[in-house]
Amino acid sequence: MARAADARWRVVCGGIDKAGTALLRRHALIAGVSQTLARVAASALGLAAFEGVAAPVDFSREVLPLLSDRCFYCHGPDEKHRKGGLRLDEEAGAKAMGKHGAAVVPGKPEESLLLARVRTEDPDEVMPPPEVHKELTDGQRETLARWIAEGAPWGKHWAFTPLRRPELPAEGHPVDVLVGAKLAKEGLGFAEAAEAATLLRRTSLALMGMPPTLEEQEAWLADGTDAGWERVVERLLASPAYGERMAWDWLEAARYADTNGYQGDGMRTMWPWRDWVVGSYNRNQRWDEFTVWQIAGDLLPGATDEQRLATAFLRNHPINGEGGRIAEENRIDYVMDMTETTGTVWLALTFNCCRCHDHKFDPLTNKDYYSLGAFFNQTPVDGGGGDPQTPPVLKVPDAGAARQLETVRQQLADVRKGLDAEREKGVVRREAWEREVVKAGSPWVVVAPRTAKAEGSALTIQRDRTVLNSGANPEKDNYEVTAVPGAGRWTGMRLDVLRHATMTAGGLARSDSGNFVLTSLRVERQDGEGGAQVVAMEAVEATYEQGGLGLAGVLDDHPATGWAVHEGRLVDRSHAAVLKFPQGLETGEGTVLRFRFRHESGNKHHNMGRFRVSLTQMADPVLTKTDPGLAVALRTPAGERDEAQREAVVAAWEEADAGLAGLRRRVSELEAKERQVADAGVKVMVMADRAELRKTFVLDHGLYNKPLGEVSAALPGFLATLAADAPRNRLGLAQWIVSPENPLTARVAVNRFWQMLFGIGLVKSAEDFGVQAEFPVQEALLDWMAADFRDSGWDVKRLLRLIVTSRTWRQSSRVTGVMLEKDPGNRLLGRGPRYRMPSWMIRDQALAAGGLLRPMSGGSPVLPWQPEGVWEEATFGTVKYQRGSGDDLRRRSLYTFWRRIAGPTMFFDTGSRLVCSVKPLRTNTPLHALATTNDVTYVEAARAMALNSAGVQDVGARISAMSRRLLGRAATGAEIAVLRAGWERHRQRFAGEPERAVKLLGEGESPVAVADRTPELAAWTMTALTLLNMDEALNLE
Amino acid sequence: MHPIDEIRAHLTRREFFGRTATGIGTAALAQLLGADGLRADAPAAVGGFPGFAPKAKRVIYLFMNGGPTHVDTFDWKPKLKEMHGQPVPESYVGGKRFSTMTGAAGGKLMLAPVEPFRQHGQSGAWVSELMPHTAAIADELCFIKSMHTDAVNHAPAISFLLSGAQLPGRPSLGAWLSYGLGSETENLPAYVVMTSVSKGTSCGQIFYDFYWGSGFLPSRFQGVKFRSSGDPVLYLSDPAGVDRGMKRDMLDDLAALNEQKLHDFGDPEIAARIAQYEMAFRMQSSVPELADFSDEPKSVLDSYGPDVLEAGSFAHNCLMARRLVERGARCVQLMHAGWDQHNSLTTELYNQCRDTDRASAALVMDLKQRGLLEDTLVVWGGEFGRTPFIQGNIADRPRWGRDHHPYAFTVWMAGAGVKPGLSFGASDDLGMNAIVDKVHVHDFQATLLHLMGIDHQRLTYRFQGRDFRLTDVHGEVVRGILG
Repeated sequence: MARAADARWRVVCGGIDKAGTALLRRHALIAGVSQTLARVAASALGLAAFEGVAAPVDFSREVLPLLSDRCFYCHGPDEKHRKGGLRLDEEAGAKAMGKHGAAVVPGKPEESLLLARVRTEDPDEVMPPPEVHKELTDGQRETLARWIAEGAPWGKHWAFTPLRRPELPAEGHPVDVLVGAKLAKEGLGFAEAAEAATLLRRTSLALMGMPPTLEEQEAWLADGTDAGWERVVERLLASPAYGERMAWDWLEAARYADTNGYQGDGMRTMWPWRDWVVGSYNRNQRWDEFTVWQIAGDLLPGATDEQRLATAFLRNHPINGEGGRIAEENRIDYVMDMTETTGTVWLALTFNCCRCHDHKFDPLTNKDYYSLGAFFNQTPVDGGGGDPQTPPVLKVPDAGAARQLETVRQQLADVRKGLDAEREKGVVRREAWEREVVKAGSPWVVVAPRTAKAEGSALTIQRDRTVLNSGANPEKDNYEVTAVPGAGRWTGMRLDVLRHATMTAGGLARSDSGNFVLTSLRVERQDGEGGAQVVAMEAVEATYEQGGLGLAGVLDDHPATGWAVHEGRLVDRSHAAVLKFPQGLETGEGTVLRFRFRHESGNKHHNMGRFRVSLTQMADPVLTKTDPGLAVALRTPAGERDEAQREAVVAAWEEADAGLAGLRRRVSELEAKERQVADAGVKVMVMADRAELRKTFVLDHGLYNKPLGEVSAALPGFLATLAADAPRNRLGLAQWIVSPENPLTARVAVNRFWQMLFGIGLVKSAEDFGVQAEFPVQEALLDWMAADFRDSGWDVKRLLRLIVTSRTWRQSSRVTGVMLEKDPGNRLLGRGPRYRMPSWMIRDQALAAGGLLRPMSGGSPVLPWQPEGVWEEATFGTVKYQRGSGDDLRRRSLYTFWRRIAGPTMFFDTGSRLVCSVKPLRTNTPLHALATTNDVTYVEAARAMALNSAGVQDVGARISAMSRRLLGRAATGAEIAVLRAGWERHRQRFAGEPERAVKLLGEGESPVAVADRTPELAAWTMTALTLLNMDEALNLE
Repeated sequence: MHPIDEIRAHLTRREFFGRTATGIGTAALAQLLGADGLRADAPAAVGGFPGFAPKAKRVIYLFMNGGPTHVDTFDWKPKLKEMHGQPVPESYVGGKRFSTMTGAAGGKLMLAPVEPFRQHGQSGAWVSELMPHTAAIADELCFIKSMHTDAVNHAPAISFLLSGAQLPGRPSLGAWLSYGLGSETENLPAYVVMTSVSKGTSCGQIFYDFYWGSGFLPSRFQGVKFRSSGDPVLYLSDPAGVDRGMKRDMLDDLAALNEQKLHDFGDPEIAARIAQYEMAFRMQSSVPELADFSDEPKSVLDSYGPDVLEAGSFAHNCLMARRLVERGARCVQLMHAGWDQHNSLTTELYNQCRDTDRASAALVMDLKQRGLLEDTLVVWGGEFGRTPFIQGNIADRPRWGRDHHPYAFTVWMAGAGVKPGLSFGASDDLGMNAIVDKVHVHDFQATLLHLMGIDHQRLTYRFQGRDFRLTDVHGEVVRGILG
């Protein structure tokens, strides 16, 4: 088919035959006749009748969308797919003179081949080919004709033109001036103002996601002035609930979830980033800065933890831990996700099309896609495994822990200061102590090793008679140390294993934890040339014995038993053990003792790093407080002590001195506390770049293992090139994204904020600003606001304030017949917004109306009511939904735990949280109606509404009171009539079957006391449930 | 008359919108809205489909999650038996990509089918003794033995088969069908999904909800998952203490209040809202009735096997599927996990076949007896096949396994529009690569849509500036299987 189309073009482009000439002539005639008819050309809105007859064809608004939709697929930017060598997305291509003519000949419709081909009735000739089902209407053909007749002026797609602030046609509120002008042009005007109560509810929901309280209603209804309205708006924007409302949409865009997705679906802890988003909106962080931090906060000079935390935005993508997955394939998926998410969120460009080929409509190339991807391709993530905290991670204390950490650190600093002062004061005392210790002597004699050798590494004998391990670090190693202790009757030995700077974290061995496992210790004696004899030993005690690895384990040769000292953290202190010789050990002057140490456990590199052996003649050898080495150190003149000896002396002194010891203990306690609090923080996946540049390639159809040409990090060529002095990394990208030269970001952002308020964007396709997007009816309004947003320092609150103080926003949303006919979609903005609220907002509203909503902000996600078995069914019973209780059932929906493979069941219109989603999905599914009438959350809210209004005696007044709390207005007489009759019917039913009242009022976690479960209260609960399901309650109106 | 005026004209009258227990008035309204396509929530979303007389009006997809081993079930390769224990010839696997569990296939040993095959019926179809019930209805079935796919891991391959793309985010087949064809029932969802897993299986396959997602289509086209425990549909039961009559009262009051609003405000959405609540109300009766098998004759229950009364079993879901299509559901998708025999060919594969074979065959025959098979399409198959060579140690028979295999696999279809008693296409003599009349996943999808009366190139949806379709930019209808 494609080949046939090719051939057809060649007929025209490569040589006009008789038929072709005839065709042209025929159409020239028609073109002439239809000049006047052409005025009927349809505009994007079908509002041609109001457009005014004399307006010339607007290329960007009327022609480009036609060319894009009908022609670019085969005659667009995608070179590989281009047919007949004809390119219509560029002026030069469209107007290029072939041997026999050009597709577009300015001013000459009759000579323009394009027109001939779209007008012919010959099915073999007509364009677009009938098989693609994209035929043009008569009106559209005539638009093309008129445009060519008018000289075929070329232009740029509106969204790609530089953003300039349009002139306002009149004085006044900029939004109203622009909207009003447009309405006037269509012969329409603004609707009347919304009622005060309606406006307050509308704006409270739009900016906070919650209905106004009774006090807020009273204050505003008593005021009603413009100045008063501005105060209301300030109050809403200053509420902490504002940031929570704003965060929801951002979380959808960021595909935020609390699990990985896919098999395993491991739980991640990205919520500190979510809290950061809330905080950022609340303090009205400049939105350009908000952007830069999230794309490249880690690359900012002297990046703070907060800036690094912001980059979690990019890491919110799903992680696939399915067995058998190829790591590199995953890694490429993740990079593509970051690329496309960034492209959608800030540029509203559909980059994903360019994974495989040049874009069919927009001037984006396959190479552009991978060049943009190169910015993200520098991640150290390799794609392997399903760790929900795959590094790079940032450890973030949760809010409570952060405060605690600050306190602990302050205390630590104070105590350390005290310790230093005490040390200085103690110098005099220390000298006396040293003399005393030397005088007292030690029950231990430190053995001076004669030889020390290891099978797999090096052992060296130190001046302080310790033995130090260095060199190769084999997984297992065995040592042999010999010594000649001289004549003596020994009762036992002591083994000190001492910390050393060359060991892991200054610990006891070069293992992962600094721990060692001594699996065997044997002592042999040798006298003269005779054979060696093993010395019998028994274990006495050790400073610490790790569970299952006690000291006695060194006495057999079994590799599974032995002595180790891991205390559940990196080993951070020296240890000692004492063994006794039950049969005694009598040595002569020449007796050689051979100490054999074996490390044969399954734990790698768990070989002692620095150790010392001592002997004793104590009747009952035990661990003594004083380190045997200390005596040696103290006998060494102070100036000749080595570093280790100096430290040992200081440590012993500070241990011995009552004043210092107390302070030292306090310091250790606080240090332990600090570690514990810091460790209690959560790990958030954040961005970092590898030290070494990773090469990036165009991938054939996006396949990880089919690299084509190499590319380097670059912006989409048609938009811009990175400035020469800009960093060639994500920071350079981020800075360009928010630069004033970028035509897209401000427009895209403003459109989404507008969409959040009005339910629909000024550009309907919030995710696509490319040439396939509709031409914005309110182009001037979009550009004015976007330019103002950018020039005002990307001030979000200012933008929202501007919109909600406008007359446009404050109109009634009542729909008249005229409007419905002329502007069913309200694109001209001749009435206020009215749309179904997102399901999360409906839930929050119900909780608020019942007075149940808990105001606390942030923290780990919560598990509210959800039907049983949903997680279990999705995971074959391996993951259970452990519903929370109390406050957890009443937090804002924002804090609901999001399991990616089985999302919360109470939301019916959210993004999938698998990929970026920037457009609201409105639903009218009956399943949602089931939830809002049957779910225990709504039943509890209804019961709370009933209880809260119990003080109102009159039935009608009580209905009205509930209505005020929920809808922000009193009930009408007609509503009261319906609901009063309904209440009476319900009451009678419950009175006849009181067990039903007992059941209904017993639902949920905070049931009504059995004695109070009256038919009346049950009926009121039904009435409140009815109110909660009214169309008005489900709508932002 | 403009749609809204039409609604208005009716709305002024309570008799039209009557306070009746059946909600007839509102059903009429729903139809009115639907017929006019006033908004996206109307039953039919696009006009023009079916574009030609469809052979099938509805489809039941028995999705065998995990990748059933084609060479042990339906694709008989005597040479595999001859070569048992010998290394795989390089010419069959050279340069091909397998899952990381296999890595390079070179040197892997061939593994004979675990059970013998026999020919069955007039058509002489080869079926393993693992599948006696399916074998018995071989003349009703059309086997496609030359399927092949692009993906080698479960989630991407299932997503590819059901939505045309390996990454989540595109509408699933059922969503496209309900978008294109709408619903034939006012009381039940058009697209229903049920899941099951074989007893005692060690498989950890997860049923991701994007397997029945609506992608960028409006969310009402998403499959509604019926659950096996609790309410079949979430939130289906009224609050404790509230009975149908009280709910009816409540909805009548609600309708009255919403009518007032519609009068006052004129937003046509309000009418759609009323219809939404009425459909929810009807579902509350029709769904429990659906799951109540007490009206099924014993012979029918027996034919599905002893598990049929056990909610959540594959047999139970098969009977539910028949009851659903009888009542007008457009697409019923059963997802049955447990086919991922990496090391359990001699153990779990037997359970798997026992749990699915009988009910699958019973469903086809049950539909046939009721005359439903004439316009109902039944599809049986998974996301890929399994390697004809072994995964594991050939000396360790209890742990024999096969790895994922995208290059050849078998599906069968039965019913509306397909030739019964046909084996279409073929893989090579080792079952390694599809070679004769190859059917790619997109071709398969194009064929399914064709049977439903839809030209796969015409059923499109504009998203992000592009017209998307189930078959992406590929797919050719497999004419050879059309009856």
